[in-house]
Amino acid sequence: MSDASETSPGTDGTGNGNGNGTGNGNNVPAPRVSAAGPEVIGVRKGMFGARSGGDTSGYGGLVRTVAMPGASHRPYGSYFDEVVDELEGALEEQDLLPQNAIEKVVVDRGELTLHIAREHLVRVARTLRDDPALRFELCTGVCGVHFPEDKSRELHAVYHLRSITHGRVVRLEVTAPDADPHVPSLVSVYPTNDWHEREAYDFFGLVFDGHPALTRIMMPDDWQGFPQRKDYPLGGIPIEYKGAQIPAPDQRRSYS
Amino acid sequence: MNAQNASNSASSDTAASRETTEGTVYTVTGGDWDEVVQSAAKADDERIVVNMGPQHPSTHGVLRLILEIDGETVTEARCGIGYLHTGIEKNLEFRNWTQGTTFVTRMDYLTPFFNETAYCLGVEKLLGITDQIPDRATVIRVLLMELNRLSSHLVCIATGGMELGATTIMIYGFRDRELILDIFELITGLRMNHAFIRPGGLAQDLPPGAVDQLRDFLGTMKKNLPEYDKLATGNPIFKARMQDVGYLDLTGCMALGATGPILRSAGLPHDLRKADPYCGYETYEFDAATTESCDSYGRFLIRLEEMRQSLRIIEQCLERLEPGPVMVADKKIAWPAQLAMGPDGLGNSLDHIKNIMGTSMEALIHHFKLVTEGFRVPAGQAYAAVESPKGELGVHVVSDGGTRPYRVHFRDPSFTNLQAMAAMCEGGQVADVIVAVASIDPVMGGVDR
Repeated sequence: MSDASETSPGTDGTGNGNGNGTGNGNNVPAPRVSAAGPEVIGVRKGMFGARSGGDTSGYGGLVRTVAMPGASHRPYGSYFDEVVDELEGALEEQDLLPQNAIEKVVVDRGELTLHIAREHLVRVARTLRDDPALRFELCTGVCGVHFPEDKSRELHAVYHLRSITHGRVVRLEVTAPDADPHVPSLVSVYPTNDWHEREAYDFFGLVFDGHPALTRIMMPDDWQGFPQRKDYPLGGIPIEYKGAQIPAPDQRRSYS
Repeated sequence: MNAQNASNSASSDTAASRETTEGTVYTVTGGDWDEVVQSAAKADDERIVVNMGPQHPSTHGVLRLILEIDGETVTEARCGIGYLHTGIEKNLEFRNWTQGTTFVTRMDYLTPFFNETAYCLGVEKLLGITDQIPDRATVIRVLLMELNRLSSHLVCIATGGMELGATTIMIYGFRDRELILDIFELITGLRMNHAFIRPGGLAQDLPPGAVDQLRDFLGTMKKNLPEYDKLATGNPIFKARMQDVGYLDLTGCMALGATGPILRSAGLPHDLRKADPYCGYETYEFDAATTESCDSYGRFLIRLEEMRQSLRIIEQCLERLEPGPVMVADKKIAWPAQLAMGPDGLGNSLDHIKNIMGTSMEALIHHFKLVTEGFRVPAGQAYAAVESPKGELGVHVVSDGGTRPYRVHFRDPSFTNLQAMAAMCEGGQVADVIVAVASIDPVMGGVDR
């Protein structure tokens, strides 16, 4: 667990155009230095859900690292180079150093992910929408993801932008620590994000600064807690089926 | 309550009312609307806030509309949603990847095959097996999706017509939808909540007789579809209620993220089947329908045209059906259980059980491992989108390398499109709210998930 915020060893930390580590806001976690290898965001131990008590199976000693695809190097392939070039050029025109805004570029499974420093999210999104060479007119909303083991970047907000003009899709990802779950709102750029951001707030507690009315949307107004965080229990009761007790879903044996 | 009513004599024996700090609250349950309007007029308060729903019959499920009205004009309109939130996305994180289809099929319950396909396309992208899905499975997926598009549009037109008082359209729509549900039942065993499309392919092949029934259906449907045209398209009352109602132009659509028939009614032929093809849609011949009217009537015409185009695609699917497997060849992923029709309905295939219990130890082990534990999906994230009858249905799947989804998020078109309700309704008449909402075609199972 202690290495959750470290990258895989053995890399020099200066990927093409991604070397970074300075020029961030005060309370924003320093972005991980880019690495060619996969990025470890957590470690799972044991199996079959046996985390305490006597383990006679030996499976309790299993250790599995959880590693997401790491930063990619050029050429990215497909239309990705063009999108990144255009975006970097357009940001430079606005006197914003691209490496300050774009923490990392990940190309995985034929999809382009731009990891954006949260304080520059609105500027990047506006550029992606308005630049004639980019023209990502349609935002398909925001999806919250909770990585409790990814220290100081526990909460991720993931946006998918679609360019109808050019027939492209790009994914933006920003992170925020649990202790300071603030992300700027994109409603000013993409009004469609109004409900989507309310949903992400409702379920993950991500606070979208600048949202016109950030209230719960699915859960009752007086609900306590944020139900889709990983530390929030699913709930449920044991069910009797054909004479046996079936435990609630979150109490069942897990292989993950 | 009587004591409070004493001060408001006009409404004492009509609609139930009570005084609150916000003003007089009337509870209306039937045809006493006129009485409320009268007594509200006497109450000398020009601003009325009406809660329509969440149990109102013309709000498509448990949608709550909060309308601020001035006479018959809507000055502000807001939606209250969440009454059908069932935590499907959270539940998915506690089941294995294959079990996920059982949940997502229940999201937008009128478009189950689109939910299943979008989810499976996402999982297959994560697994990196998109190219290995057998052709037959893909063709059957397209076939089922297009049938489903027909049934979803039929419900939209039927219920939308009913809300206008056109009960004949309602009867016609449900009559034809029944034919499609019969086919679904024949193929999957269920009329809805199928869980038939699985990561890697399909739960099973088409049963005997399915193709014949589909051909019969195509013949019947070609006779029935023109009836909607004859009944409604040129009908002056229908047009008067629908034209220029629920207006949303292209700028509004793009800003609000509206897709599907709403976007195409603004003249933009954006259809993911053409723009970002999946399941081999680029090889089918069909047209994306558009109108320039930006209104409810245009959306109605688009839905009619899309049903005709769906019939074209189904015909092409039937021509392409070649014998072959319907599940990916990789035995580490392919669902091992086989189903067969037994005397008490669909169940485990006795041949398969005989094989794993009697002859093949490895098959038994694989069966046990895959069914209890499930397959592992390499860590990463993927986005898959399909053109559902309502618009862009996007699925964002995240895996941590385990046997269960780490996070699945559905970008349901109903959810996004419903945001456009305020823009369509404000400044219009109360009666037009019904028409506008019907033209959005929101399904609360998809909105709330």
